Order: sequence, then structure tokens, then C-alpha cells
Amino acid sequence: MEAHAAIVRCAGQTGASSSIAAVSQTQLEPPPEEIIVDPRDDEAHLQPDRRTVVIRPASRWPHLDVRELWHYRELMFRLVWRDVVVRYKQTFLGVTWAVLVPALTTGVYVIVFGKFANFPHGNTAYPALTAAGVIPMQYFTSALTSSSTSLVSNLQLVTKVYFPRVLLPLGAVVVPLFDLIVALPVLLVLMAVYDTWPDSAAVATAPAFLALAVVTALGIGFLLSTFAARWRDVPYMLPVFLQVLPLVSGVMYALDQIPTKWQWIFSLNPMSGVIAGWRWALLGEAEPNWGQMTVSVSVALSLFVLGLAIFRSFEPRFADTI
Amino acid sequence: MSNAIEVQDLSKRYRLGQMQAAYGTLRDSLTRTAARLTGHEQGHNREEIWALRDVSFTVREGEVLGVIGRNGAGKSTLLKVLTRITSPTSGRAVIRGRVGSLLEVGTGFNSELTGRENVFLNGSILGMKRREIQRKLDDIIEFSGIEKFMDTPVKRYSSGMYVRLAFSVAAHLEPEILLVDEVLAVGDAEFQQRCLGRMETFSGTGRTVLFVSHNMQTINQLCDRAIWIDGGRIVEDGDPSDVVTHYLRSSYATGSQISWPDDKTAPGDDLARLLAVRVIDEAGDVVETIDVREPVGIEMRFRVLRDDLQPVFAKIRVLDRQGDIAFNAMDTRTQAEGPSAPGVYVSTAWIPPNLLNEGPQRVDVAVCTLYAPKLHQRAQRYEAVTFTVFDPGDGDSARGLFTGDLRGTVRPLLEWSVERID
Repeated sequence: MEAHAAIVRCAGQTGASSSIAAVSQTQLEPPPEEIIVDPRDDEAHLQPDRRTVVIRPASRWPHLDVRELWHYRELMFRLVWRDVVVRYKQTFLGVTWAVLVPALTTGVYVIVFGKFANFPHGNTAYPALTAAGVIPMQYFTSALTSSSTSLVSNLQLVTKVYFPRVLLPLGAVVVPLFDLIVALPVLLVLMAVYDTWPDSAAVATAPAFLALAVVTALGIGFLLSTFAARWRDVPYMLPVFLQVLPLVSGVMYALDQIPTKWQWIFSLNPMSGVIAGWRWALLGEAEPNWGQMTVSVSVALSLFVLGLAIFRSFEPRFADTI
Repeated sequence: MSNAIEVQDLSKRYRLGQMQAAYGTLRDSLTRTAARLTGHEQGHNREEIWALRDVSFTVREGEVLGVIGRNGAGKSTLLKVLTRITSPTSGRAVIRGRVGSLLEVGTGFNSELTGRENVFLNGSILGMKRREIQRKLDDIIEFSGIEKFMDTPVKRYSSGMYVRLAFSVAAHLEPEILLVDEVLAVGDAEFQQRCLGRMETFSGTGRTVLFVSHNMQTINQLCDRAIWIDGGRIVEDGDPSDVVTHYLRSSYATGSQISWPDDKTAPGDDLARLLAVRVIDEAGDVVETIDVREPVGIEMRFRVLRDDLQPVFAKIRVLDRQGDIAFNAMDTRTQAEGPSAPGVYVSTAWIPPNLLNEGPQRVDVAVCTLYAPKLHQRAQRYEAVTFTVFDPGDGDSARGLFTGDLRGTVRPLLEWSVERID
């Protein structure tokens, strides 16, 4: 320990200065002795962490520090792990709920909209069609709700520790993916029952459509969580929006059965693209209209970029206003 | 020796209007924005507060720096800026090395998770790597002293166990630079001592510590240097014992008398109200300083507003320059009598000569009722009055002819019996 201190001190003398110029030099050239100093070998992994942090007023232009995000990947993993582990704690049925919720929802839709209201379902059996809409929609609902409230529900962390706040909404959209995976057998069973199998090549695109849902949830999540850091209106506003969303996304009917003019308007809602895409990829339905899909993807990406920019520019003030 | 922390002209401004809006609704904010756009805005929300103003200092590698100041002086803001929780308004700071920050213990603990799971979660939040936590897991569990409960959800823990586990994780953080806020003020005395020991070992290994505390003794004991912040600015930067003494002396500026002319704003409840407190000498005059060889009186005036089942009596607490309690004392005479009738009372506690040590003394006062075993403080005021004890050094006090530093909270003049036995 003594040796450690001595070496650092000797080396430090050359660079010792309080001027800003000297500071930035040190930044560029980390003193070499740091790598060899620590005699405790098992702590060698601490060394790469050593870096200079410059604290200054937040810049006006938001940017995403990807290297920093990478540095905090373990924390991100740990936060996701926490939410996954805690999710069904102290419930009697546990993770079974991840299967039951979409199964029951599909059941209700099948009876109400399929049998009584006789909604259009094209060539595919109504239950399979609905399940393929319910599952991504449930993911989206859950992802959007938890990402919008992620800053507020982690208030203690936001006001007491530093880490890139982007991790919170980001983690919040990852967590419901586990539910989605657990719920997939519901869809598989219905596909088997109604014998609707997809085109083998199209299946590969399913994750891409799911990614569209992730990006959309994250974009809106960035916007709403920034808003929620200041005003607590989001929990009242969001459920209304989320109740209407399945109706305009084609969850309980086949989108290609409605007039084309309306289809274009619906494509402004990326979730309609996600669901149409999933049905094509997993149920072998008709190919989605790629023009409409481009609209959906553009809307999702714009929301994402806008959301991230706004989130980042308010980030330095979260701890003060939350 | 190089600097671990360099802070240059760091400032942080809060807008009062902004802070209030944070508690308001969206509608409030919209109306305000509308008012601003239509030019009907009242200037009331433009007020600003500088929580930090042009603060500059450096901390050398291996140095332990203490930060002291009153509540709201800017200490916590400084720590929040240095830990990057909030960003400064202007200025800059450079921190070289792996930083660990502890603004509270148990940040992010999840009550549904077990003790062991929370060690991993909290460790990651404090910036430890998974391997590092795994390696230290046994030490952490042992230090906490609650091995048996590691697989129990922490919601079943007592608050003491919770704090022990939380602190144990924090104590195993091994950054090169540690930024700590008052976290030692938790847990029982024995555990606190253990934590303090841990801090001392930590700073003994050449690591840099920036330490915010209200406990002057800890600052004196642990720090190589102290800075005193008031109103967002650095008042003094130097040797901890000097800075602590100056700081404590300044906080005695409340003086040796205080009164509340308006009953409504006076401290107290529906039973009793404090009216005035004075420090007096034997002649009954208000004094700021008192000769160590003379008695000093703490005179409290209070009003009893209604009948109660028990007597209403005065209580004082005297604290020395370190903030340590010299003693608590209460009016046992009134206590022994029957209930107090409504009216105004004057109660004076006489502190005997040759009891207190030299230096500033702070007096907390309270008006109490006793429903044994519970003592209820009906009206109270911390730091109500202060006075300074001095020793002219005539040789007839406990100091004798000695002129150096005589430590201790009290300094009684003892009876010495001496005989030559050989």
C-alpha cells in the first residue's frame, strides 16, 4: 500500500498544476503508472475504470454518449434483472400470468368481436389473428407504461446516484420482452389448432417488426418520462390513450379488410405496422403494404429521435425538478 | 502531488419559480406561460437562489477533506454537482480517478428482493462490477452481521438490519475518490464506531475523501483539511480544528437573548408557548460572556395556555463547541408540584461556577410535561441562546497556572487531597 502511494506521488509531481491546460493534458495522457501500480492482482480489473471526469454546465445540444452507456451496461443489466425478478413476486400464479393475460384477452376478443360483432378477419382464423395482435400490443402497453414512469418510479436513484438516465426507459422496454417470450406459446398453440403456418422466409422478419414496437415504445417513453419528471399527469393520461390504441391498430380485426384510404391514415400509428407485419411473418397472411410500412417506420424513428433529443436535453435537470 | 479534485468557480443557480412549479400542476404552468405571453406576468416567480457561488478548491490525492456548514449552506448541492447528479450553472470541476459516491446508504434497495440479491443490486448502483461484488460478498455479509437473513426479503428486516446491510455494501466500495454525505449518522453506536474505523482505514490507504458532516468531532478526527461553506460560498479553507472552531463560533451569533413578541409565532403548542430566553449573570443582567468562576443563569419565560393534568416545567440542554452535549437538566422543583395554572412563568436554571469548559456554549431549551415515563416537549427551540465561558487565568480556576489547551466538555474544579507517603 505504501509503495502504491509513493509511486503515485512521484509521478504526480511532474503533472501537478492547477491550470486548465494541465488538466486537459492529463486527460489525454493517463499517467502510465496506474496500470502497474496496484499490487493486489485481483483488483486489476479496477484499473481500466480509472478516468478523468470533467464536470461543466450541461451543453445545449443533446448527444448520446454511447461509450458511457457501454460503461454502465452492468447497471442496466442489473436494473432489468431487478424488474424481471420482482415482477411476479408474491403472486400466487407467478409467471403464469404472462401466459394467462394474453390468453384471456384473446378469449374475450374472440367472443365479443369475433362471435357477436363478427369483425372481418380475412383468410386467417379469427383466434390466431387476434392472438398475433394481442401479444405485441400487450408488450407495447406494458413497455410504454413502464418506460413513461421509469424516472419517477426510480426517483430515489435519480436523486442520489449518477448514471446515464437513458438506462431507465431503455431498461423499461426490455423487461416486458420476457413476458412476450413467455406468452408466445399461446400463439403457437392457436397456430397449431387452426393449422396456419407461416412462410419460412417471412418468419425471420418477425423480430424486426418487434423491434419497430420497441423503438416506438422507447421514443414515446422518452417523451413521456421527460414530461413525467416534471408533471404527474402521465398516469392519468396514458390509460385513455392505451385503451383506444388497440382499436386503431387492428388488434381485433384484419387491417387489410378496411378501406385503403383509412389504411394509410392508420399507418401513421406504428403499432398497426407492427401487427400487420407480425401477421404476415407468423401467420402467413398477405404481405403488408410496404408503402404504409415505410410510413410506420418513419413515424417510429422520428418519435425515437425526437424523444431521445428532448430526454437528453432535460436530463441534467431531472434531479432538480423531479 | 497531483490533485484528485479541482473545482473552479463552480456555481449552481436554482430558480425559485421553477422549483415551485415542480410541485404545481401542468395547468398552473400553462396559465403562467399564458400570462407571460400576454404580458400579464407578475414578477413573483423570477426569484433566483445561488446554491453555490464561485466555489473553488482543490483536493490533493490522498487528502481527506471535510465540508461543513449549516443546513442549506450549499454542501449537499456541492456534493450533487461533484457526483454529477445535477449539473452546474457555470464553472467546472475535474475529478481524476474512480469515483464512489455515497449520498445515502441503501440507495435502490428493493424490498421484495432478498438481502443477497440487494447486495448485488446496490453494489451495481454504487458502481461496483459484478466480479468485484462476488469477490467481496463474504466480507460484506460478515461485516453486516446478519448472515442468517441473507435469503430473506429485506421487507422483513428490522430497520437496524436494513441499515447494517446497506452500510456494509457501502463500506466495501473501494474507489480512489470517495464522496460521502453524512452517512455515518445511521445505525447504533457500536456499528457507527465500526464504520468510522472503516473510514479511517480507507483514508489511511492514500485514497481521497470528500466528506460532508454535521459532526464536528468526526471532521476533526478524520479530516486533514476542512472547508466551511455558507450561502453557497467558501468562508474558510484550512486546518480542520481552526475551521471547526470558527464555524462553531459563528453559529453562536444568535446571541444571548431571544424573545417572541407575538404569541402566535412563538414556538409551542396548545399548552405552552416560549416567550423569551436570556443568559444572565448573578446580578440578573444579560451577558454574552461569563467568567468560568461565576454562575450563569438560563432564564426562560413561557406562557401556560390552559390547565393540564401535569405540571409544565422548563428543560435545558447545553452543548459545547464540538456540538457534544455537556448535560441535560430540568426543573425538578416544579415537577414535584401539582399541575401548573395558566399564566406566564419565569424559570431560571443556574449553572454552577467551575463546571463548563472555556469557549462557546450553546443552549437548547424546551418547555415540557412529564407523563412518566414519557417526556413531552411542548415548546422547544434549538440553539435558543449562546454564551462564551472565559477564564481570566488568575490561577484560581481548574486551569491553575497552566495556559495551554485544556480539553473536555466540562472542567470542574476538583478537590485534591495530597499527602506525602514516602
